[in-house]
Formats: sequence, C-alpha cells, structure tokens
Amino acid sequence: MENILTLNNLTKKFGPITAVKDLSFTIKKGNVYGILGPNGSGKSTTLGIVLNVVNKTSGNFTWFDGNTSTHNALKKVGAIIERPNFYPYMTAAQNLKLVCQIKDVPSHKIEEKLEIVGLLDRKDSKFRTFSLGMKQRLAIASALLNDPEILILDEPTNGLDPQGIHQIREIIKKIASQGTTILLASHLLDEVEKVCSHVVIIRKGVKLYSGRVDEMNASYGFFELKSNQNSVLKEWLSKHNDFKSFKEEDGKITAFLTNELDAESLNRQLFNEGIVLTHIVKRKESLEEQFLQLTNNLN
Amino acid sequence: MLRLLNIEFQKLRYNKAAKVISITYFVLITFIALIASIEFNFAGVKFRIADQGIFNFPYIWHFNTYIASWSKLFLAIVIVSMMANEYSHRTLKQNLIDGLSKKEFIASKFLTVGVFALISTLFLFIVSLILGISFSDYNEFSIIVSDLEYILAYFIKLIGFFAFCMFLGIFVKRSAFALGFLFIWWIIENIVYALLKFKLFKGTEIADQIVQFFPLESMNNLINEPFTRLNFIQSAANQLGESFQKDYAVHWYEIVIVLVWTVIFLNLSYRLLKKRDL
Repeated sequence: MENILTLNNLTKKFGPITAVKDLSFTIKKGNVYGILGPNGSGKSTTLGIVLNVVNKTSGNFTWFDGNTSTHNALKKVGAIIERPNFYPYMTAAQNLKLVCQIKDVPSHKIEEKLEIVGLLDRKDSKFRTFSLGMKQRLAIASALLNDPEILILDEPTNGLDPQGIHQIREIIKKIASQGTTILLASHLLDEVEKVCSHVVIIRKGVKLYSGRVDEMNASYGFFELKSNQNSVLKEWLSKHNDFKSFKEEDGKITAFLTNELDAESLNRQLFNEGIVLTHIVKRKESLEEQFLQLTNNLN
Repeated sequence: MLRLLNIEFQKLRYNKAAKVISITYFVLITFIALIASIEFNFAGVKFRIADQGIFNFPYIWHFNTYIASWSKLFLAIVIVSMMANEYSHRTLKQNLIDGLSKKEFIASKFLTVGVFALISTLFLFIVSLILGISFSDYNEFSIIVSDLEYILAYFIKLIGFFAFCMFLGIFVKRSAFALGFLFIWWIIENIVYALLKFKLFKGTEIADQIVQFFPLESMNNLINEPFTRLNFIQSAANQLGESFQKDYAVHWYEIVIVLVWTVIFLNLSYRLLKKRDL
C-alpha cells in the first residue's frame, strides 16, 4: 500500500524539554488514523513538524515516499491545526479563494466545499462574524479545497458545544467514507474510537503503541456475570483455565478470558454445572481502558 | 511570480485600513502640486513659491523626490502591519500549512513592496513632469531629462526603507510596536551620530563617514535636502556672508549601501522566519 507519510526517529526539543522523542510511524493510504495522547503529549508538535511550521531537532520525515518537497506535498494535504486561522476582515468565500491561490488549485470548488460543511448561505459573511463552530467548519472546507490525499485534523472538536461536536464528527465520517485518508489528533478517546481504524498512542513525546485499534490489546475480553450462587460460580471460575482472573464488585463478577470463549457456550457449561446466571455480558475493554492500561504499564 | 503577487494582493484588497492609507499616500503626493498655490506677503513684496524656481527642471526632480519621500511613512504603516498581521491573525501558520514555502512567503511580500515602490516612483515621475511642464522656466527636452537619477534614488530609497519595515514587522510581530521600534531606531541613529560628531571625533568629518553606513541614514543620504540649493535661499545666505558648499548629487556608493541593507534585511527576515517555531 502507498505510504503517505513516514516519520523516522523524529525528535523535537524546546530548550530542556523534549516534546517529541524518537517518534517513528507510517501513515498508509486509505486508513483513518488517530493520534491519541493526553494534553501536552506532543501531538500538535508532531503535526507542526510534518506541516512545516515547527522545526525538528533531529530525525526526518517524508511525504509521499519522499518524491516531493515538503511545501509541494502540503498542496496535496488538507490540514487544520488547533484553532482556525483566517483573515478576519475577509468573507468566507474570499478566504477560501486565497487558499486556492496558495494551493494552486482552481477556485470553482469553493461553493461545493462550503455546501459540504453547511456554510453556503454564509459565504459572503466576514470571517470575524463567525461562531467558533462555524470557523471550525470553514477550516474543514478550506482543508478540502484541493481534494486532499490526506486530511489532518488537530483536535477538531475542541471547544465546541455538543451540537458543534456532532456536526464536525458527521462531516469527518462522511469524508472518511469517501476513502480519504485521515489523521486525527485528539485527547478524546471515544472520538478516536468512533472514527479511526488505526491509532498511534503517545505520551510525553514517546510512542506507546501504533497499529490497529482492535489489535491494541491482545485481550479476549471479559465477562460480567451475576448469579444467585456467586460463591459456587467463583469456585468454578477459579478451576477453569479459560479465565486468568476474576473480581467481584457489588455482587457482579468480572472474569477475564485467556482464550476465545463465547457467551452461549459459557452459559451452557455453567447451566450443566447447575449454576444459573441472572446476568451475562461479554465485553471487550474500551479504548479508554486499554489506553489507561497502556499508559499505566509504562509508569 | 504572478501567483505570489496575486496572493498578497488578495490579502490587501479587502483590508480597509490598508486601502485607506495607501490612497491617502498617493493623494498626499499629488498635494505637492498645492505648494504651487502658496502665496504670502513678505515685507510688502508679494511672494509666490511657484515663482521661486522650485518647479524648474531639473531642480524639480530633486525637490519633489525629497518632499515625497516623507510620505513613505504612510506606506510603512501598511507594510509593517501586513507583516505583523500574519503573526497576530496566525495566518502565517495557515499559509505555510496550505503549502506556501517560507521563501515564497518572503518573496510574495517583497514583490508587493517592490510594486508599491515602483508605482510610487512612476506616480511621482508623472506628477513632477506635469508640474514641471506647467511651471518650469526651461522646457527643453535635454534639461527635462537631466538629473533623473533622483527618480532612481527615490525608488532605491523606498525599496530599502520598505525592506527595513518588512524586517521589523517580522521581527517584532506587532504592528504598533514595530512602528515604535522604527522610531526608536531613528532616535538611536541620531544619538550615535551626535555622540560621534560632538564628542568622539569633534571637528572632523569621521562621524559623517561612519554614519553614512547606518540603515536609515544611508537612505536619507540618497536624496539630500534641496532647500539650500534654491536661488533665493542662496542669495539670502550670501547677504549674511554665508555660503553653502554642499554635495547634492546622488552617488553610486550611496545606492550600493542602501541595496546592501536591502539584501541584509531580506536575508534576516528569511532566516528569522526559518528559525522560528510557529
């Protein structure tokens, strides 16, 4: 598969602080990537470096297998970083026209892109009159003007109200469904979980994990079980080698699997043993739990 | 190149303040013509400025370029703010992300500055030509085209000064502070000059020779003040037993000094932009 962006041992130091440390990963065409990490973990710095606005300290990165210079590569990229930056005295359409000139693309797509983000009726309003949500949507329209190979979004829903967040996520999903590669930096786990197929997790500038979201933890999930005979149930679980451990909380037993086991066969086995369940749920760890596990493991 | 000019033009076109100040600037240049209508009574003699030879060819080239260069301060405001605004609106970052290289960014600004200087020079040339043809005592072609180096000097002066403004805008990042810095720089140059002239090298020409290499002073030197060249001022001075021995010409080395500063300022602007994290 075609590589869109490759990072090799990228490092950035701000004085004594190392914001990004030896970071390497590859973005391949067609996937939706999330960069996940708490605030100040180096997400925006990493994006800043590959977008030519922050100077790297060491290491290197290449766009499109290194076939083109960074600023020419950026003409094939759509990116918004942190907050939307436009000329406040220009209207939405005028701002987008300027972006077209910079990206060297014809300006006939302006209306089409404004339509996608639902700003067509405000195209002649000055940028400074826009609400934050509208500014963010205009930024997305601007990033889409060149029909980019990859769309880079840095905290696109930061500071928006629930309705705004919803609108932005719908737009992202729509774009992703059209096959555009997306790189989404966020500290919101459910955002990444809902949208991304791949994830890079960084903390304090160090990469903790990169790969598919569903392969992040080689775990088989866990069962939540309730029964009127909890003590018998626990005894059975401790003898059974499909389970590595279990814990009881408020009469609910959580049992962690070591092998693949589906709910139906577990239920049948237990029933045959004479244990009747009142509650059975099979779950996988959420991204949040996996994320916390990953970050805690390294402490 | 046209693309870069277009980009910058698009940015300036919708900026009301920049438009108003630029228009004011050109209107001010045409107001030089108003000097022609100044009349006053001096000891019972009716005195008309236009009749004192200030609009005579080739003197008018010197006089008008000198007067017009004062109004460059208006364009300085536009240039400083067009640089500093890119920082305060954080649009510089967006421009770079959108695929403008740092070199292209500086180039688009400097090209615009060059266009400003070129238009100003052409405009001044036409205004002076019209004024001269209307008021000059000599209208022979050979006289009209003599001393045209003042027009070239005016162009170089604008380019140098605007490059300095560009650099200040990038360096200070805030328009008001950058203009303040420009003023402070002017004061510093004058203080240094005074120190050299009246303390260190008293009674010699060494101070002037050092100061001519300072950025603002070198731009000033390109076009010397034209007033003491006027006939009626000279005759007045003669009556007081004083005479002016001054070199009014535009020298090649003065042009070279300003051009060197222009290159330095452009280079510094580019390096600063390259080094900074946004």
